[in-house]
Amino acid sequence: MSLIPASLRSFSWGVIALIFALVGFGLVVLYSAAGGNLKPWALSQGVHFIVFIVFALMLSRVPERLWKAGAFPAFAAVLALLLAVELLGAVGGGSRRWLDLGIIRLQPSELMKLTIILAVARFYDMLPAGEIRGVNALWPPAVLIGFPFLLVLTQPDLGTATMIAAGGITVVFLAGVPIRLFVSAAAMFAAALPIAWSQMHDYQRNRVLVFLDPESDPLGTGYHITQSKIAIGSGGIFGKGFLNGTQSHLDYLPEGHTDFVFATMAEEWGLVGGVLIIAGFLLLCRWGLRVAAKAPTRFGRLAAAGLTTTIFFYVAINLMMVMGLAPVVGIPLPLISFGGTAMLTVLMCIGILMSIERDGKTSRSGFA
Amino acid sequence: MKFDWILGKRSVSEAQAQFSFTRRSFFLGGAQLGVGVLLAGRMTYLSVFENERYSLLAESNRVNLSLIPPRRGWIVDRAGKPLALNRTVFRVDIIPDRLVDQDKTLDTLTNLLGLSSDDRDRIERDIEKSSGFQPVQVAEHLDWEKFAALSIRAPDLPGVVPAQGFARYYPEGAAVGHLLGYVGAASAEAYKKTRDPLYLTPGYKIGKDGIEKILEPRLRGSPGARRSEVTARGKLVRDLATRPDIPGETLHLTIDAGLQAYAARRLGENSGAVTVIDTLTGGILAMASMPAYDPNSFSDGIGRAEYAALTSDDHLPLVNKALQGLYPPGSTSKPSTSLALLEAGIDPNTSINCTGSYRVGNAIFHCSKRRGHGPISLQRAIIQSCDIYFYHFGKMAGIMPLATMFRKLGLGAEYPLPVPSQRYGTIPDPEWLLRRYKRQWSTFDTVNTSIGQGYVLVSPMQLAVMTARIASGNAVVPHLMGRNNPGASLGINPEHLAFVQKAMGNVVNGGGTGHVAQLPVPGVQMGGKTGTAQVRRITMSERATGVLSNSALPWKFRDHSLFVGFAPVISPRYAVSVIIEHGGFGAAVAAPVARDTMTYLFDPVKAMATLVEQEKTWGGDIATRMAKKEAGYALPVAPLSTATDNDEDTA
Repeated sequence: MSLIPASLRSFSWGVIALIFALVGFGLVVLYSAAGGNLKPWALSQGVHFIVFIVFALMLSRVPERLWKAGAFPAFAAVLALLLAVELLGAVGGGSRRWLDLGIIRLQPSELMKLTIILAVARFYDMLPAGEIRGVNALWPPAVLIGFPFLLVLTQPDLGTATMIAAGGITVVFLAGVPIRLFVSAAAMFAAALPIAWSQMHDYQRNRVLVFLDPESDPLGTGYHITQSKIAIGSGGIFGKGFLNGTQSHLDYLPEGHTDFVFATMAEEWGLVGGVLIIAGFLLLCRWGLRVAAKAPTRFGRLAAAGLTTTIFFYVAINLMMVMGLAPVVGIPLPLISFGGTAMLTVLMCIGILMSIERDGKTSRSGFA
Repeated sequence: MKFDWILGKRSVSEAQAQFSFTRRSFFLGGAQLGVGVLLAGRMTYLSVFENERYSLLAESNRVNLSLIPPRRGWIVDRAGKPLALNRTVFRVDIIPDRLVDQDKTLDTLTNLLGLSSDDRDRIERDIEKSSGFQPVQVAEHLDWEKFAALSIRAPDLPGVVPAQGFARYYPEGAAVGHLLGYVGAASAEAYKKTRDPLYLTPGYKIGKDGIEKILEPRLRGSPGARRSEVTARGKLVRDLATRPDIPGETLHLTIDAGLQAYAARRLGENSGAVTVIDTLTGGILAMASMPAYDPNSFSDGIGRAEYAALTSDDHLPLVNKALQGLYPPGSTSKPSTSLALLEAGIDPNTSINCTGSYRVGNAIFHCSKRRGHGPISLQRAIIQSCDIYFYHFGKMAGIMPLATMFRKLGLGAEYPLPVPSQRYGTIPDPEWLLRRYKRQWSTFDTVNTSIGQGYVLVSPMQLAVMTARIASGNAVVPHLMGRNNPGASLGINPEHLAFVQKAMGNVVNGGGTGHVAQLPVPGVQMGGKTGTAQVRRITMSERATGVLSNSALPWKFRDHSLFVGFAPVISPRYAVSVIIEHGGFGAAVAAPVARDTMTYLFDPVKAMATLVEQEKTWGGDIATRMAKKEAGYALPVAPLSTATDNDEDTA
């Protein structure tokens, strides 16, 4: 028995330390992005984080079975919210994607990234093991994923829609559906690309085209990618030093505090800072997959792996985007970028992951 | 089941499912690690291997290199008095590319700066013509209040650039227009050819005509540079380093600024040219051509009415008459013809009887004095300007001695002057006539040439050079800069030269046709020769009924009035040529202008007093008259061609 009470010891302190490190580094970058000021970003981001981490720790106390029980109702509720903003947006004539919750403007599409994982995991949890290769293992998740995907796509928010679909499909994959289905689906997707192209908005097409050749439009859409690469490339191995970045301070880098915060960081901290952040997120993902591997229930395993992948998608898409490996879609770098929504989603993922981890530990140690 | 062929249905146990999950999540973890390594690799590539390139790009983002346009070299006269200099001005330009709402912006500017509709017209035209990134001048020479008012509002007017700069200033205005040329913004074509970023700098001017254009490389200087840190929106953060500009070279001209201005003013309302040459050095002291444009208004960007007033004027203010105007020299060529006759061996004492007319073949040629001069020898033929004498002896000597002497004295020649264009006129001879008109030379051509009519065409500059060469006996070469070269001897018998010089002295001072040109300066005499050049053919029927007097004719049919002269008669120093287009009798109009101009060289105060009195009768000085003309420009007059345009070769 240790001096620290068991209730405190049961928190995953390693992960919490990792998150604090990442967010702390993020605050330093936001401080610099504001030209060496706590305002307008660093301070507000810090306050958000404190609120959200407490919330995440509270979520971690929720027993896994409650997540399981709440998965479908939560999915239904978020889907309803999505429909609601869609209709409100249509009525208002604009593209309102969010609900104002006072402290934060919440996008239902953001919550969907999370609830889709829980819902699909819940479905496979219910499905008898013997049916996993049957047609019944396929159409319900297709419906579960398809509805929110299409709703978000029409918002239009290609980035979020893609993440929702990717998160859901990851769970389907992990549940054991035959590999050949994924191969043939990929083939069909490739075949469908021309149709998708014809359905895209002009600005979306433009982004793809400019992504393929950023120099073709150095002052327009390609400007983001070009300036981001300049910021990262000019940083070198050790960076230009804290508060010495010119790309961000002189406003050459657009959105240097949100989607392109990694470029702001890389300019001042160089390759060293970049590798640290990438390593940090990889560690976070490794922890998440370990939680999944150790989870005693099928729901726990699938949900944990799915939530981890959601975090991974955030990081991967954002970093590929700022390094010019993917088209510019509005995906922030979680825990680092300024803005509460993505941070809340990711911290909720981590809270649920910690809750699954706790259940694994307690069930192994024979309590509950 | 019917989907078995796709799904490969087989029963899966809980343990198998667990195993499948473990394998797949392991694969997922591997993929995530792979993406992580890919990203780290990509970042290494960008920040290590491409670091140099991106560092440069970041630096060129950050650092804005702006040119400091070089101050243009001054142009000064022989005494160092500035003819063209630079003044600090506050100016406003528009970069058409950055304009958001052209009409609204121009409305604001019109209100703020009080632009006239004429100004606005010009700005709109310039914007249309400009290549987008090229600045268009809105206003120059703003006073401080207007400039400050505009500077405050500039951030709300995208594309409007207030700036402080230098502007070319010509203290003598129109008097030096043709001499110096003018400066203006570089054209879009010029920029496309050179890609010189200086050409895009607002307010930067390059030479467009005259000396300003020809000696542009020497006047230009080298731009300085200012390195400054700027934000993406172009806001200046701080200056990093500045390299000052190297101003252009100061050009010392042989011109006498006072004389140049005086000559231009003395031409009054006439269309004409006055050229004064230093007979010892060939230095051009004055080269005035009036009317002229004011190079100051050209440099500022000329208004439409002002331009229309210039282009529609039948006095052709855009033509430099001293170099580009070609006229029959008329009697002013008689001293040269005399030299040719003397060199050809004709005895100056031989006289002929002038009856007033002279028959060559079927044609009858007339003398300027209709009743005739009676018996007349060479000395008096020059003094009295007898045509018959020259008809007779010209015919006797033949064309070649005449043409040779004309050319020797500098007629028909092009001079090495820093000017964009000069015309060298025509000295006809049989070979030329055959080439030009495909016909044989005949005697009446020689007769015409002997009194400076027919095909002979010369420029006022050439007349001045001719006079300087007669006065000095040297091959004086006119120049505007440096080079104090008296020129080699022409190899003309000094006695012949002295004879002609004496005759010219008597034209003015010995009861000749040019007595009006006597200098009011004690002890200084001018020698000269009047000339009246016909610009129309006088028909037999008109001669029968009496030749119309010039004042009865429309302006453009009146004779040109000419005078050439040198002073002092003994050891000459200055040579002058004056032409007044359609001025009528040479002695009446051109001679007084030559007299007063020459007087200025010996007694400026006296000369100026004469001028001030005269200007009152013309309605003020040049600037006042030009302003009046521009303001009163309501009835456009169709431009007329001058009678001199019928036959010339162009340099």
